[in-house]
Amino acid sequence: MSDTTLSEGGPVPVPSAPPAETRATRLRHFWDDYRRAPMAVAALGLVVLMLLLSFGAPLVAPQDPYDMAALDYADAFLRPGETGSGGYVHLLGTDNAGRDMLSAILYGLKTSFVIGLSAGALALALGISVGLTAAYFGSRVEALLMRVVDLQLSMPAILLALVLVAVLGQGVAQIVLALVVAQYAYFARTTHGAATAERRKDYIEAARSTPLPTHRVLLRHLLPNVMPPLIVVATVQVASAIALEATLSFLGVGLPLTEPSLGSLISNGFKYIHTDRTWLSIYPGVALMVTVVAINLVGDQVRTVLDPRNSR
Amino acid sequence: MTEPLLKIEAVSKRFSRRPALAERLAGRITGRPARDETVHAVTDVTLEVARGEVLGVVGESGCGKSTLGRMVAGIHAPSEGRVTLAGQPVARDRGGHVTKLTPNVQMIHQDPFASLNPRMKVGETIAEGPRQHGLTPPAEIPAMVRALMAQVGLEGAYANRLPHQFSGGQRQRIAIARALAMRPDLLVLDEAVASLDVSIQAQVLNLFLQLRRDLGLTALFISHDLSVVRHVCDRVAIMYLGRLVELAPAEELYAAPKHPYTAALFASVPEIGRGRRAFHPIEGEIPSPLDPPPGCPFHPRCPMAGPRCRTEVPALGPAGPGRAVACHLEHGGTGAEVAA
Repeated sequence: MSDTTLSEGGPVPVPSAPPAETRATRLRHFWDDYRRAPMAVAALGLVVLMLLLSFGAPLVAPQDPYDMAALDYADAFLRPGETGSGGYVHLLGTDNAGRDMLSAILYGLKTSFVIGLSAGALALALGISVGLTAAYFGSRVEALLMRVVDLQLSMPAILLALVLVAVLGQGVAQIVLALVVAQYAYFARTTHGAATAERRKDYIEAARSTPLPTHRVLLRHLLPNVMPPLIVVATVQVASAIALEATLSFLGVGLPLTEPSLGSLISNGFKYIHTDRTWLSIYPGVALMVTVVAINLVGDQVRTVLDPRNSR
Repeated sequence: MTEPLLKIEAVSKRFSRRPALAERLAGRITGRPARDETVHAVTDVTLEVARGEVLGVVGESGCGKSTLGRMVAGIHAPSEGRVTLAGQPVARDRGGHVTKLTPNVQMIHQDPFASLNPRMKVGETIAEGPRQHGLTPPAEIPAMVRALMAQVGLEGAYANRLPHQFSGGQRQRIAIARALAMRPDLLVLDEAVASLDVSIQAQVLNLFLQLRRDLGLTALFISHDLSVVRHVCDRVAIMYLGRLVELAPAEELYAAPKHPYTAALFASVPEIGRGRRAFHPIEGEIPSPLDPPPGCPFHPRCPMAGPRCRTEVPALGPAGPGRAVACHLEHGGTGAEVAA
């Protein structure tokens, strides 16, 4: 193109149009970077598989562990691989109530995912609100909010969650609430750190001096630029929420066995750890460990890809 | 003479930092109490800009020219004095915090790599201000964006790209388009070409001159680069350590600077053709704005300083038609003449 607006210096060589960078191509770049680590690809595959199996549990599992009528005490303590009264093989054995362990683990995994994901999402939303508000408004608001966050970060999350669950009582909603309160501080701290750095940049000043309303500056300008580190924290915090919930359930303050999560399954099996019925606690334990490790591996690789020092 | 568009009246800006709790405690213990630190960024500046005029503001880094620009844009509230645009204050503040600022002054920042939201398409960056303020009907926004991009020499098809896909010069054009989209009465250009390559600088400056001719822009052009200022400004204000030291029409100022600081500034500019002859840097360091010297701010470095300069701050006074200088040499002598 020729540049007609210039009075001197001749036409400006404007580089030929770079390809438009759409959401789709950005996603493809992300994937190209991500798949350079085979372990992370395997971990992602594992997480996806676990999600499919657990949320598709009613279709996949040989038995509905919630349906008391389907349980038969004659099937109690079957070893892995034995065939029960239902006429099918219990791949991972059965528990003291004759519950098929594979089915229980799949349903339990679903409970764990639901709790982990919803606690993670809610904690993310709360943490972003607190962190952005603190960073943008500064001074007293910032001091007050961030001291509360610091105070909370100095306490073990499990302790806080234990106290909250003891106060709130058992149930999925209560557990999620306890996890959100215990975990939002991590998001708030990360958001605050990233937003404090971004806030000083000229594009924020330009948006403010246009002038644009505060909510628009916060949501359209500041927030999109602090998201990358938050995605990483979110991944890790989902894994941590799942582990926390399992811990609470294991300690007996989480979910009851009628609503099995991985933690309550391990807890139930733990009663028999000194007998030879180790499959009762080992298999849910392995499922929990694999899930948490896989999510963490995915989070690590996302961190690596989003790190600006690795950007191309 | 018609009423000036922009009036800067006796404006000062101080930034204070209260020592942190730990510092105050440490001060208490060591017996040297930590005091509030105050930076005198701008002191008692009065300026007027007529409609259609481009006023250059020149000075070394740290002289307060950017702070002055930010006060004009309404981003900082003045500690004292006021800034009005066509009689209206550019910003309302409460307790030193700006609460509401005018859309009629738009700013163009120095670094085009920091001044555009990296995650917003440039078309949206240009469009969001006018949309927010209802300056353009929603249906006409895409056409407006294309027209503005054409006006600054970019293809309208680039509106869907992100800032990182553009070069520095192109980004600065986008920043100019964003400012123009608000149809401002006044532009503040804060070192708008300082971070660009020289050849790109020329292109952006030519664009600015072209837009000035086409749109009759009024602007505050802040720069440390004397040759750039000479090229684009009608009048030039020279600042030193937060104070206005000289104000004159550009050509006259370049022909015959009156303030010793202005003269020293011109002498320190390296020029092609002066060969290997040394150019003369100004003696000494700029004093800290935390602790400005008494009397004339320039006296510690001034070759002509006399006793009066060390005690009495020179006021900005007339020095020929359309010119003003803050120097005792022009207004009653430095006191050195008597001694000699």
